[in-house]
Amino acid sequence: MNAFVGTGALVRLILRRDRVLMPVWILLLSLTPVLLASSIKLAYPTAAGLAQYAAESRSNATFSMLYGQITVPTLGGMTFWRSATGMTFLALIALLTVVRHTRTEEEAGRRELVGATVVGRQASLAAALITTFAACLAVGVLVTLGLLTQHVPAGGAVIAGLAWTAAGWMFATVGAVAAQLTEGAGAARGLALTVLAVAFVLRAGGDANNTWLSWLSPLGWTYRADPFGSPRWWVFAAAAAVVAALGGSAMWLSGQRDLGAGFLPQRSGPADAGRGLRSAMGLAWRLQRGALLAWTTAFAVLGVIFGGVAKTTVDLFVKNERLGDVFQQLGGRAGMSDVFIAGMMSIAALIVSGYAISAALKLRTEEASLRSEPVLATTTGRFSWLSSHLVFAIVGPTVALTVCGLIAGLTYGASVSDIGRELPRVLGAALVQLPAVWLLAGLTVALFGLLPRLAQPLGWTALAVCLFLGQIGAVLRLGQALLDVSPFTHVPRVPAADLSAVPLLWLAGIAALLTAAGFVGFRRRDIPVT
Amino acid sequence: MDNIIDISGLDKSFGRTRALDGLDLTVRPGEVHGFLGPNGAGKTTTIRVLLGLLRADAGTVRVLGGDPWREATELHRRLAYVPGDVTLWPNLSGGEVVDLLGRLRGGYDKKRRDELLKRFDLDPRKKGRAYSKGNRQKVGLVAALASDVELLVLDEPTSGLDPLMEEVFRECIEEERQRGRTVLLSSHILAEVEALCDRVSIIRKGRTVETGTLADLRHLTRTSISAELATTPVGLAELPGVHDLRVEGLRVRCEVEADALDTLLKHLASFGVRTLSSHPPTLEELFLRHYQDSPTEPVAAR
Repeated sequence: MNAFVGTGALVRLILRRDRVLMPVWILLLSLTPVLLASSIKLAYPTAAGLAQYAAESRSNATFSMLYGQITVPTLGGMTFWRSATGMTFLALIALLTVVRHTRTEEEAGRRELVGATVVGRQASLAAALITTFAACLAVGVLVTLGLLTQHVPAGGAVIAGLAWTAAGWMFATVGAVAAQLTEGAGAARGLALTVLAVAFVLRAGGDANNTWLSWLSPLGWTYRADPFGSPRWWVFAAAAAVVAALGGSAMWLSGQRDLGAGFLPQRSGPADAGRGLRSAMGLAWRLQRGALLAWTTAFAVLGVIFGGVAKTTVDLFVKNERLGDVFQQLGGRAGMSDVFIAGMMSIAALIVSGYAISAALKLRTEEASLRSEPVLATTTGRFSWLSSHLVFAIVGPTVALTVCGLIAGLTYGASVSDIGRELPRVLGAALVQLPAVWLLAGLTVALFGLLPRLAQPLGWTALAVCLFLGQIGAVLRLGQALLDVSPFTHVPRVPAADLSAVPLLWLAGIAALLTAAGFVGFRRRDIPVT
Repeated sequence: MDNIIDISGLDKSFGRTRALDGLDLTVRPGEVHGFLGPNGAGKTTTIRVLLGLLRADAGTVRVLGGDPWREATELHRRLAYVPGDVTLWPNLSGGEVVDLLGRLRGGYDKKRRDELLKRFDLDPRKKGRAYSKGNRQKVGLVAALASDVELLVLDEPTSGLDPLMEEVFRECIEEERQRGRTVLLSSHILAEVEALCDRVSIIRKGRTVETGTLADLRHLTRTSISAELATTPVGLAELPGVHDLRVEGLRVRCEVEADALDTLLKHLASFGVRTLSSHPPTLEELFLRHYQDSPTEPVAAR
């Protein structure tokens, strides 16, 4: 077992480095179910109330798509269902954590420093997996304990906790394999995130109409573990098999390769720069085009899914006799699809904000890695350098959302044989989100200019707050004043509601002001701040 | 002609850390100026102020006749900079970076670029993440040396280069001098500065402690003398400016201050000199004196 020598020391190193970050995400994630359980209990104290909540939610395909299928209308069942998104986030964090402590370390050359001491070949990967597994287990245990305080069946609470842990473990090993394949940490993250995205989309597509598609996705297994109904134990056997297979593969790959090398080939580049690479803008294009392409493709796929399920959703709803009244209240078939489209696009907007923020944070990465310094020591001014990346934070999400809206509009329009009417409505629902997305990009730029060291944590925190308020703010019955903090609260629910320009102008105006503040701050400050 | 770089009384603090504390630096047209100091002395901070990346807290800074903070981009057209630790974009090839930086500077000599790539034995097709530290440094150097500029600002340019490449670098700087370009070369490698520089500024804890030609600085320091005499010497210890004296029979070894050298030699001659060797202090010795002895007051040779 020579290859694992030093694992213990590396585990301690990881715990030391993540001593703030790790407890924070463990707590935040594991608190979500218990918070949701107590608010659901408050809102629907009776079994009848819960049953009605379940019936309403079942009829809304947006909900099914996002949170999965509801199995039992009990407190435990509804809580597990409603908090399932947390499992996806746990999976996301788990894979990022593993890549962060393996390939990122290796790319930075720190693994070499450590590897030259008495540390085995597998120690780094083993330590990253052990700590991530332990953290996911902690989340699972806390989820179980939290649910127990809400007096749900104990067996169900344990299975729910297990489902969360399983989601984290499976994607931790996805991250571990990805980290062996590529030479760059960014590419490894991209690869692992793509796997997660595909798993999420398969599950969402399957759950929207309750089809077998979800069973293709490991994420779907955990969503469908049904802890409070008739638990599917085999799900955990399958998850264990995935963990063993991927974890074993990662170890095997890691044992085969050279330090610093990957399995995907590293091609050499051109000896001369092409014509496009002659300005700060040309450089930003080279650095950001991959992300733009990836996000646009992902949003094109999202558009196909949104457009594809919109009609089926409404069809299902119409068939449901009991909900006829609700159906009429919502304005019949057209009204129903409008609500669905508006809901989908507001989710898309939150996702694309992640792109906006990461594109803006490229500024920070370039500065902190000292790569901006030689560029700013040329005739490139601070403004043009900042603008070159800002363009991608503003235009990138715009392109992605436009493509998503166009494709969703075409797909949905074709399915109801009325492209002329639906295309502009669906596209409008996408575009109306943009000012709120720009506001988050502007906020990130303002942070970069004024508080560069905090730009990264605060930028992502802002998105996390918006996600939190948008996803569970209403269920937790937070006050309107609090919900208003999120720019997305102010976006008109087009096409279900009328388009009102005032909030959009406000959002765009604030975005512009924040961006301007970022420019002014950046012009006055020292570079580089590291 | 005006000085290329003129800094006086430059202060710069980062929070409570005082990085520069009344620093002075003058670089004349056409000279290769060595900018010496140990790690953390403030060399890189000074260079970043020169480039207009950091804003001076106090003092005056003129580069190529302009204010680097306010006229950064105009001045950058006329200078090229190589950071101490060249970091490259992982997905850009070395050749692409050289071309990009040259174009961003507003012009470079494509033929000279190709020639430099050959001389430095650098494969321009490799991607940024595939280069070793020395090769990354070469990318930065080739980009700067191929640029059509008046001033080269090089921050510890040879860190990571092997001795063969250091030699190539020295040749290149010699050529730059002959073309009349001005070079500011920060370093803690003394041999490099001794071989290349016309004048030197030594800084310590954010302050300039010495400035001048190497000859000027040696003037301020002791020469090592060892001699074998015909008769036993007496009275050496009483001579002014003689240090570390050791007399073993007819052999004498000592260190002598420059202005006491004449007196010492005359005194030795009176005992009959059989052999005599003297050597001027290496920069190494200069350096050690500045950073190990008690703080020296700034010496005026500016």
